[in-house]
Amino acid sequence: MRSSELVIIGAGPAGMAAAATAAAHGLSVTLLDEQPRAGGQIYRDVERVAAKRGTILGPDYTYGTTLVEGIGRGGITHLAGAVVWAIEEGFRISYTQDGVAAQVSADRVLLATGALERPMPIPGWTLPGVMTAGAGQIMMKQSGILPRRAVLAGAGPLLYLVAAQMVRAGTPPLALVETQTRGDLLKAARHAGGALRGWPYLAKGMKLLAELRRAGVPRFAGASGLAVQGEGRAEAVAFRRGGTDHRIACDTVLLHHGVVPNTQAARSLDVPHRWDAGQACFVPVVDDWGLTGVDGVSVAGDGAGIGGAKAAELAGRIAALGIAHALGRIPRERRDAQAVPLRRALSRELAARPFIDAAYPPFADAISPADATIICRCEEVTAGDIRGYAGLGCLGPNQAKAFGRSGMGPCQGRYCGLAVTSLLAEANGRTMEDTGYYRIRPPLKPVTLGELAAMETPKTNTEKVETGT
Amino acid sequence: MKTVSPFLELEDDDRVPVRFAGRTLDLPDGANLAAALLAAGVQVFRHTAVSGAPRAPFCMMGACFECLVEIDGVVRQACMTDVREGMEISRPHESEAEDAIE
Repeated sequence: MRSSELVIIGAGPAGMAAAATAAAHGLSVTLLDEQPRAGGQIYRDVERVAAKRGTILGPDYTYGTTLVEGIGRGGITHLAGAVVWAIEEGFRISYTQDGVAAQVSADRVLLATGALERPMPIPGWTLPGVMTAGAGQIMMKQSGILPRRAVLAGAGPLLYLVAAQMVRAGTPPLALVETQTRGDLLKAARHAGGALRGWPYLAKGMKLLAELRRAGVPRFAGASGLAVQGEGRAEAVAFRRGGTDHRIACDTVLLHHGVVPNTQAARSLDVPHRWDAGQACFVPVVDDWGLTGVDGVSVAGDGAGIGGAKAAELAGRIAALGIAHALGRIPRERRDAQAVPLRRALSRELAARPFIDAAYPPFADAISPADATIICRCEEVTAGDIRGYAGLGCLGPNQAKAFGRSGMGPCQGRYCGLAVTSLLAEANGRTMEDTGYYRIRPPLKPVTLGELAAMETPKTNTEKVETGT
Repeated sequence: MKTVSPFLELEDDDRVPVRFAGRTLDLPDGANLAAALLAAGVQVFRHTAVSGAPRAPFCMMGACFECLVEIDGVVRQACMTDVREGMEISRPHESEAEDAIE
């Protein structure tokens, strides 16, 4: 079995930066990532793509090449295309690469698993042609493929960025249908101080909006009653705004109302989580160094709370310093001293967050969808079904699994978990924290018997591995 | 066969033939399979086991499992797979006879 002092899961900004910092302090690092090339979602395939489409995607994307270069140094083994499906305390990490299961042991684990799009259950969101805005951007980055007739719907700065990138590529979206309201902006105003400290983010946002205005992309803000219409595929987006019903015919709908930490791996290790009301999501409880309540497990980047790519990079470096200290590679004073400039930069990066979170809150209709709306895409469980379970005494998501299989499909609750929790919380008059979240157990991703059979593993481990399937 | 696609391809890379649902498609060699199939005009990747509803790629990052297809006999996520020459792809749990590219 391969062995490293530190195993990092996820080669996005947090994971790449942490790997480089840890290796610089003499740690042996194995960096596992599902994608064929490093970058995570934000810098997806950046080393290959920067030269081809850097102008369309912009400097914030091409910046990622510096991070990819940083993991080329000695001491770091980057296992690309490695899908992690189990993390056992001790630590033993099981993954599949090229159809073969394998394991790596580690003294410490850093989870840099990033974010997922917040589930956005609206009528028609399961139709072919409906994707997340992040998916649209991933296709643009990795594949150079753009939807010709797209409507972007939801809330958040990512919609402006994707729309502007589409404009630059010569296929502007047909419209932006935005769910945030003037009232949200007023509420956000109390975070204006932070917004001013984080002014570069606001300046970027204004620049993107100006770009969209110049391109003549129509924007409909304050939309409600959002629905995707179509027979067997997306054909139009319908919504209400200012007492008027609108319908925009299109082929592709890109949905987005924020991203949330991908907590699957952390939860599988029983890392304690808490509800973050400002970001409307569960986050793992971590200290200043990204250390969790589980000995030897750290979390950094968006997986520990949404802060964006630059914040993730800084948090990755800080977490790596914490780990280097825990392994006795640097004394406390040096760790603290090296973290000072990183923390200062991190605080600047996060300054505008409360304003952005308040100005672009989750879409209310998708937090409490109509009964007929599908919540669990995999098992086709509706909002009405979930409310029905609550009526029968179902208090939490784990019970909901038993009532109607929600969260038991292949995505393992990644795109229904938060929605199920909020529906049960609402129906039962309980808090999100008390309602809780799905219990996550390995395998984190499906693993086939063939992949297991091909695994090279010490004899003593065989029995345990097989029962884990 | 080239169907009208709702997607625009910015680059024209070298293509290789693959089979999807009984038809030959020329896809960019080494490209992301989900993106390449969408660009080739494939709109339905699979049907759900519960209601038979059509599904297609949603997250493009290996998390949602909507893009599951059968590749050379193994059900896999198209968005986590690279295009290789000669791939035999079908909608999972459906015989080729019932398939058609919409």
